Amino acid sequence: MRFSVKTGAPLLAMALALTACGTSGGDDEEASGSGGGEAGTCEDVAIGYFGALTGAAANLGINIRNGVELAVNQFNDENADCQVGLEEYDSAGDPNQATGLATQAIGDETVIGIVGPAFSGESDTAGPIFAEGGLPTITASATNPDLASNGWDTFHRILGNDDSQGPAAASYIQDVLQSQSVFVVDDASAYGAGLATIVEEDLGDAVVGTDTIQTGQTDFSATVTAIRDSGAEAVFFGGYYAEAGLLVQQMRGGGVDATFVVADGVKDPGFIEAAGDAAEGTIITCPCLPPEESQEFFDAYQAAYDTAPATYSAEAYDAANVFLEGILDGNTDRESLLEWVNDYDGEQTTKTVKFDEDGEVENITVWAYKVENGEIVADQEIETN
Amino acid sequence: MSFLIDNFVELTVTGLVLGAVYGLVALGYTLVYGVLQLINFAHSEVWMFGSFAAVWVTVALGVAPGSALPIVIGVLLLALLAAMAVSGGVALLLERVAYRRLIRLDAPKLVALISAIGASFALAEFMGLRDRIADFFGLRDTLDPYVRSARDNTRFQNPLQTEGVFTVGGYTVSNVDIIIIVSAILMMVALDQFIRRTRTGRGIRAVAQDSEAAALMGVNRNRIIRATFLVGGIMAGAAALLYLMRFGVTRWNAGFLLGVKAFTAAVLGGIGNIRGALLGGFVLGLAENYGSALIGSEWRDVVAFLLLVVILLFRPTGLLGESLGRARA
Repeated sequence: MRFSVKTGAPLLAMALALTACGTSGGDDEEASGSGGGEAGTCEDVAIGYFGALTGAAANLGINIRNGVELAVNQFNDENADCQVGLEEYDSAGDPNQATGLATQAIGDETVIGIVGPAFSGESDTAGPIFAEGGLPTITASATNPDLASNGWDTFHRILGNDDSQGPAAASYIQDVLQSQSVFVVDDASAYGAGLATIVEEDLGDAVVGTDTIQTGQTDFSATVTAIRDSGAEAVFFGGYYAEAGLLVQQMRGGGVDATFVVADGVKDPGFIEAAGDAAEGTIITCPCLPPEESQEFFDAYQAAYDTAPATYSAEAYDAANVFLEGILDGNTDRESLLEWVNDYDGEQTTKTVKFDEDGEVENITVWAYKVENGEIVADQEIETN
Repeated sequence: MSFLIDNFVELTVTGLVLGAVYGLVALGYTLVYGVLQLINFAHSEVWMFGSFAAVWVTVALGVAPGSALPIVIGVLLLALLAAMAVSGGVALLLERVAYRRLIRLDAPKLVALISAIGASFALAEFMGLRDRIADFFGLRDTLDPYVRSARDNTRFQNPLQTEGVFTVGGYTVSNVDIIIIVSAILMMVALDQFIRRTRTGRGIRAVAQDSEAAALMGVNRNRIIRATFLVGGIMAGAAALLYLMRFGVTRWNAGFLLGVKAFTAAVLGGIGNIRGALLGGFVLGLAENYGSALIGSEWRDVVAFLLLVVILLFRPTGLLGESLGRARA
């Protein structure tokens, strides 16, 4: 099934591109618009969203896509003579599917900037392909630190990585929760295991036990036993919301009342949906500004999607706007847009965006959120030193 | 090692609970294999549909946890019936759509296997896309509590509150633990008696032994095959409710991993052997838990499947190794 999608989609894209070429020379202007990217004086320019729209962690991806879509729609409304298209590459969060999709994106000349890839695992496999194709990417969510040190000059990250989030989670556990004993669990993913390792190192002797689970696993009884046996006051879990919901529910069911601390991959209503009452009191760290801190964006998003902006919607909106400003400035090919992003220094909704040599954004804040009455609410900004 | 010994009771009980679910699902694989010598790979989806039926019953009735005992029992029984009915129905549908014609044409087993894998994908995606399907019929708003976040974990609001009953070796055994293990054993015994004593059961055994001879003796083979699928589906439905009582969530693709494990349990116990299925389930559940405790959770499957390989090396037909047809009357 995967095979047919991989081979079929590029063929379809080619067919569409051919139709577009065939008609754009004629006098029927509207026909060319239907071939993917909207045509205008910006001449078949599109940015892409790359990440999960389906699959187990689809919610996280959809939040990001919506942020990008909102930015593009607003841009197109304001600039009638420069219409920018939006291409979606649904990786389902699967690193194996990401390579094929990245190659497909490289092959589509109209796509000159990518917001994504959304997760760390898929960034790892798709990154070299984007670097080779010279297609600039800004991820609004992949937080594994190693991604920036691969020498991909196309890589940019518009939020703090786990080197800032990990220590922040550790300092929250030590300074705010004042837990002396912590059990660390990870899900063996590039994101979860990386984050858990950083937290473990930072907590040092306070770590009383560790365990690794598998994504897709539903029975955590052995892990719960190990946590209870360790007598930990807090449990840190590095992973995504699907497993986090099951784990905390089985912890509470097994009589473990240690504080559950997790990171941005769990900051999603899907976590509460799965865990129910067991989610109460969970601490979630995130290098993302609470969306309500930027009222204008909050209102626009609410109006467009009938729901409040969620994790990384604002970051994705910012990432898309960095590209869109560049396109408006006349950078309508990959090379010049990449240069634009590298040199960018401007105010966006979440922060002042400026990327360093490695593509990491300067100016990072990490917030702690808390689950209260079935809602994820902002708790406090975490001070790291 | 000391961790395993210190928590031996807890690891054993939780392992048995998981094993009971594996065993009940394994019955479906074992029954169909016994009669048709084919692996019904879509059986995991039969289980998955049953789990959603149980969830939807509790959503529809909206019972809060901590209700009066008669209400709790009533809701759980309704959920059980719904899960059994839906799982049984899906199993019959599978037999009709994916197998019947292939069996009648005496198609190679591989063809039926591919048909089963295809049916498994189709059923899982149907559940994963249920929000879009509701959209298509314009019922999205009416059905919202049943179809929302179709790709995410869906929670089962268990009306029965988990309570400790007695403490053994530092572990408080809960009412849910007891219910699951006892019902699995009861269901297994009931099924065993059904196969041994009833007319349909005798027919199942006859077809398993020699389907042509059975047909000559007046056994309606098609009816027996349908009954086999139905019984396997009903067991999967019961397993679905028990699973939800313990683990609390289900998902469109939750059947996959469980199906692989249950199939393993069936092979471990001796495929085609009803008692073997439950024994295989218990052994697998315990092996996973002990393995996790000894080396770490990431090794649970390695330990469990190594055990499977070792057991099969010495007992190639599984622990009890007797086929359905040769079960004593």
